[in-house]
Amino acid sequence: MTELEFDDIQHIMLTGTPHLTGRYEFLSFDTPEAGRAWLAEMVPLVQSATDVRETVNVFKRWVNLAFTWNGLRALGVDENTLASFPNEFREGMASRADILGDTGAAAPEHWVGGLAGDDLHAIVILFARDEEERVRCVGEHDALLARCPGVRTLSHLDLAATAPFEYDHDHFGYRDPISQPQMKGSGEVLIPGAGGALAPGEFILGYPDEEGLVANQPTPEVLSRNGSYMAYRRLEEHVGVFRDYLKQNAEGAEGQELLAAKFMGRWRSGAPLVLAPEHDDPELGADPMRNNDFDYGTMDPHGYACPLGSHARRLNPRDTEPNPNRRRMIRRSGTYGPPLPEGVADDGVERGVGMFLICASLVRQFEFAQNVWINDSAFKDLGNEHDPICGTQDGTMDFKIPKRPIRKVHKGLPAFTTLRGGAYFFLPGLAALRYLTTLEN
Amino acid sequence: MAHNGNNDWTRPAALAIPREGYFELTRGRYGPVFPRTPACYGFNIIAKVLDGHEQAIRDYGKQLEAAVAAQPDVLAPLKLHYLRWNLFDVGSGLHFQYQGIFDTDFDKYTEDAVKLFSSTGITTAFTHLEGFPEDWKTNPEAFIMFVRDHQVPSFLEYGEYPYVTSEEVKKALRLKAAFAHMLDQMQ
Repeated sequence: MTELEFDDIQHIMLTGTPHLTGRYEFLSFDTPEAGRAWLAEMVPLVQSATDVRETVNVFKRWVNLAFTWNGLRALGVDENTLASFPNEFREGMASRADILGDTGAAAPEHWVGGLAGDDLHAIVILFARDEEERVRCVGEHDALLARCPGVRTLSHLDLAATAPFEYDHDHFGYRDPISQPQMKGSGEVLIPGAGGALAPGEFILGYPDEEGLVANQPTPEVLSRNGSYMAYRRLEEHVGVFRDYLKQNAEGAEGQELLAAKFMGRWRSGAPLVLAPEHDDPELGADPMRNNDFDYGTMDPHGYACPLGSHARRLNPRDTEPNPNRRRMIRRSGTYGPPLPEGVADDGVERGVGMFLICASLVRQFEFAQNVWINDSAFKDLGNEHDPICGTQDGTMDFKIPKRPIRKVHKGLPAFTTLRGGAYFFLPGLAALRYLTTLEN
Repeated sequence: MAHNGNNDWTRPAALAIPREGYFELTRGRYGPVFPRTPACYGFNIIAKVLDGHEQAIRDYGKQLEAAVAAQPDVLAPLKLHYLRWNLFDVGSGLHFQYQGIFDTDFDKYTEDAVKLFSSTGITTAFTHLEGFPEDWKTNPEAFIMFVRDHQVPSFLEYGEYPYVTSEEVKKALRLKAAFAHMLDQMQ
């Protein structure tokens, strides 16, 4: 098997980092020279997977860089090379909104931060261990931008974890992420029920995929090798709406927790409904060797424990869909916005999750998940349903909870989240980043 | 108009479809989405057979029969009702027609279909067709484009029990069998 080149792969693909804060900064290059001058100063800050694994206790900040197709052009990448990238990446996320189901309030005309524009060229992903380090890094980057006229910030999104800090979770309180795919050759301990170790080519360009193919790679190889595609989604979470819905539609605290679990497919602790159908089991939720060890086809075929349309069952249907391992994606994310204290009415402040879905084929992996699993009312013959957590909701759709003797149908589900922006990025390997700095006009 | 989800299965329905194969352009991941009709979703691939390759395609019919007999759910990912294969020559050479009636737009499960075509050898039958990409084994996207390029949409479709999925049919038959069993127990 081809060995993974850990020392050339941006670390976000292979390792999480112990960050509590951070910033996503979205940039535009007015000239190729300005873009490359900025990039040349940024490249030394970008750590490989090897680096981060060896030094994670040394550093307090971690940086990744990625570019839109327009951004590669703005850096001076030639037309032949640009044409070798796949169609969906060339078009960009905003242009594919109808395919993704990003309609209504989620449509690109409502996106914030300049994310839908052609002048979005690059993202700097900064993860920081604490707020002091985040402020220091932002200051250094601001100083770099001052030295690089012709590189502009379109917008930024500051990240902030919320209590409890012992584990990662979103503003609704769901532990996340749990079901990360695993990769052959990554050295990770295999997690029972996680789908086994997958071929690296499912996530990283230049390696065989699950079919044994290294197909349709952009050229030249120095640019594509050890790179990947990254779908960015800024998802606002309407915490007040979510809590109000639970209160109005479930009896007592236990009933509300169960309804929240039915929407997700897991309790907020992370415990899967298939293994804990009646009551939460926080120990199970926190145990990675147990909290994925189940299937749906034999253990819960009708969805009495975990509804067929729940978020987790849609996004990782395990044994109930063909070829699920051809649809897996690596997820990295950070929460933004202040927490909404319990018992407080929605304050109108935007809060949510800024997430990255990393894969080798946006059309086969990310777009399939959006088009077929999240926003398709034909999914599992459910009819008038989208994903209750991250699907596009306009207040007219349902959510069905199978139950003996008669199922419960929640009609007119409100939107618990709204997409506020997104983009497709190419995440180059480190040699490719250096190659981009050497381009000529 | 395309199906709005409220049709009554007890009322037979016909639908005339515009030349393009759809009423309004709805983009799927690989191209236009063709509408659900009273006869469900469908795909109709027509391509010319390479000279001298007729028997090879006919022989493949027996292979697929054997594959389904050995593993009845082998084609399940395609969500099929029916599959019909024809060979015909109306004066412009021998052509192959692959007609499938199923319950999801082809675009949605394109990659699964391609993988299934390869694993069951359906792809092998396609290699006897003109214009089929020579690099299909290493270039799944080229196969996807061949299939889309040779799709011939219907201009009329009819359903005696319109818009019913194969899963609904199977559920109804399972229910009928369960009632029959229950009545047996009452004797």
